[in-house]
Amino acid sequence: MNSEISGVVASFLITLLIAVPLGKYLAKMFAGERVWTDFMKPLENGLFKISGIRPNEPMDWKQFLKAMLTINLLWLVYGFFVLIYQDKLPLNPDGNTGMTPDLAFNTIISFVVNCDLQHYSGESGVTYLTQHIIMMFLMFTSAATGIAAAVGLFKAFRDKTVDNIGNFWEFFVKAITRLLLPLSIVVAVILAFNGTPSSYASKDQFISLQGDTVNVSRGPAAEMIAIKHLGTNGGGWFGVNSAHPLENPTYVTNMTEIISQMIIPMAMIIAFGYFIRRRKLGWVIFGVMTIGMFMLMIPTISSELGGNPNIAKMGVTQATGAMEGKEVRIGPMATGYWSTLTTIVSTGSVNSMHDSAMPLTGVWQLLGMMINGFFGGCGVGILNYFIYLIIAVFISGLMVGRTPEFLGHKVEAREVKIAALVTLISPLLIMAGTAIAAFVFSTYGNADWAVKPSNWLNNPGFHGFSEMLYEFTSANANNGSGFEGLGDNNVFWNVSTGFVLILGRFLPIIGPVAIAGMLAKKKYIPESAGTLRTDTVTFGMMTLAVILVLNALSYFPALALGPLAEYFSMR
Amino acid sequence: MKRYIIQSIRLTVALTALLCVLYPVIVAFIGRFSNGAGNGQPIMVNGKVVGYAAIGQKFNKPQYFWGRPSAVDYNAAGSAGSNKGATNADYLKQVKDRVDTLLKYHPYIKKADIPSDMVTASGSGLDPDISAQGAAIQIQRVAQVRGLTVASVTKLVQDHTEKPVFGPAKVNVLKLNVALNELKK
Repeated sequence: MNSEISGVVASFLITLLIAVPLGKYLAKMFAGERVWTDFMKPLENGLFKISGIRPNEPMDWKQFLKAMLTINLLWLVYGFFVLIYQDKLPLNPDGNTGMTPDLAFNTIISFVVNCDLQHYSGESGVTYLTQHIIMMFLMFTSAATGIAAAVGLFKAFRDKTVDNIGNFWEFFVKAITRLLLPLSIVVAVILAFNGTPSSYASKDQFISLQGDTVNVSRGPAAEMIAIKHLGTNGGGWFGVNSAHPLENPTYVTNMTEIISQMIIPMAMIIAFGYFIRRRKLGWVIFGVMTIGMFMLMIPTISSELGGNPNIAKMGVTQATGAMEGKEVRIGPMATGYWSTLTTIVSTGSVNSMHDSAMPLTGVWQLLGMMINGFFGGCGVGILNYFIYLIIAVFISGLMVGRTPEFLGHKVEAREVKIAALVTLISPLLIMAGTAIAAFVFSTYGNADWAVKPSNWLNNPGFHGFSEMLYEFTSANANNGSGFEGLGDNNVFWNVSTGFVLILGRFLPIIGPVAIAGMLAKKKYIPESAGTLRTDTVTFGMMTLAVILVLNALSYFPALALGPLAEYFSMR
Repeated sequence: MKRYIIQSIRLTVALTALLCVLYPVIVAFIGRFSNGAGNGQPIMVNGKVVGYAAIGQKFNKPQYFWGRPSAVDYNAAGSAGSNKGATNADYLKQVKDRVDTLLKYHPYIKKADIPSDMVTASGSGLDPDISAQGAAIQIQRVAQVRGLTVASVTKLVQDHTEKPVFGPAKVNVLKLNVALNELKK
């Protein structure tokens, strides 16, 4: 047990030790100051030259978003066709088939939006070619899209009044060449040297000790797992993701993967403070997020260590906690730690089956994704949090009776309207989606789909409802983890979550970037005694309160029908 | 707008070359120098591969130590957990049956000796490890079937119990069984 506690504590400390200097580096690098990775410049210039991009060209927020949306749209169209025709393309040693259109629709959206919800299984649903040019490619580029969007927002607040929020292409390419790519090489090599396959060897066959013939899926997994975590993507090489003993062979690889999914979201917060020259604001946000993280993590770990009360009644010893869906080499404590982080930072990779977690753990996992702003995904975490900030500024403005301001810019009706819309869209998508699914399940149980609605759920009762709620929550948060018992590869789930994914991704990027762009254009008002300061602990707590109240009001009824009801039914 | 489309297409092509060809080839090349050359780490007996250290395999014969229950019956071509919820009645019945099976084959143990990992399915269905307690309850059976002394099997289990600095203690079932086959009477 002690070695498990020290493992988790060490993971957290190493994360901090890497994230803080990384954040300072990111602030300098995106500001164009001299940094040690300047040796990448020729490579970047080459990429710009080939693409006909002038990286110094200024963009206002509309041009910035247009560039971003154009390239994302291109990936959607191109990827859709590659997935459908993957069986006719090369590099398919295991002879896997092409995707159905609805599955391809869901899969391509899912990867473009950095979600990586997978309604297929990696071993049989995709080829080595698509794992590379679609999955891995989009893991880099979707993360870089999020980071670039966040840097655009940073840029809007760096100087007093600006039209220009920087060049999307420049931030996007630099996020890859100076952050994601170098770190991915390091992480992939660590994984490869700890037993994760990295070669192009196909399935192996051998006779086991007992005499059974066994096939083992392999392939260049280390490469993908590295960027899957660094880019907070979460799509696994193998079906069960990081619970798979080749994807995550040892406790050391588990630590590596958990650290690598956390460092960029953390570093981006610190980078924000340094970049806009308001370090204190950065640290206050960092503090609020850390408190939020522990508020979700501590009860998760304690409910998993407590074990399943129903199994305890049978008289079985649960000295190692609840073990259904978990791996012995990782243990329940590191599993609980991971499940909290993967839900708050929108990675959605799993090292255990969340469907089999304790009911209360399900509440914390769902809340982590519903809030989606405690560190959050690569770049988009700070964008989500920015919306909460604007709402908090507005509410506190009303409370003290002043025109709300943020960083010297007046926050007026238009900005607050956008922020309010973005906050409302999540509960709408999640709850309307779940309600429709529950309706279809109960009314059209025999619909002739690949999986009949009556067979969707792997568990009866409250837990079955949680499976549907989790799927929409994960899609909206662009998280990608799932209660995998859900029979989700059919036209209903593929199409409905496809739309939720795309709205849940781009509205929360467009909204904050637009607000930032609008605020940046406004006249700068110097701070005075009457200014409501946003970089104080008081305001930090105010933001935390806004986050908790908003989410509790939005989601409590849904949580009560699912995991909470299940929890109380066990008593 | 048109300009952005052309720039997007060109950038996508260039980045595909960088991220989908150059990057994985570099890592695959470095990976060749790892233990197992990047193909996974096989375990050999008499020059033949009998399994991979990381991949659990099915053991249900009485002369071997058994691994954890698996939702995919240790078919490593795929992978899956049971995805059963904690309150699912069918699932709880299944767990109870596993407890009864263990008690049947190990009449010398009490219910309270059974650790939860031996009656619950792993996340991957391919968990290569069991807890130290999971191995301990099987010692007497294995020793009896093989005609070995309990003391020698106990020592073997102790030697195969890994207690890492970070993370839980565990026993790799395949490695333990390979060593068991080599143990002299």
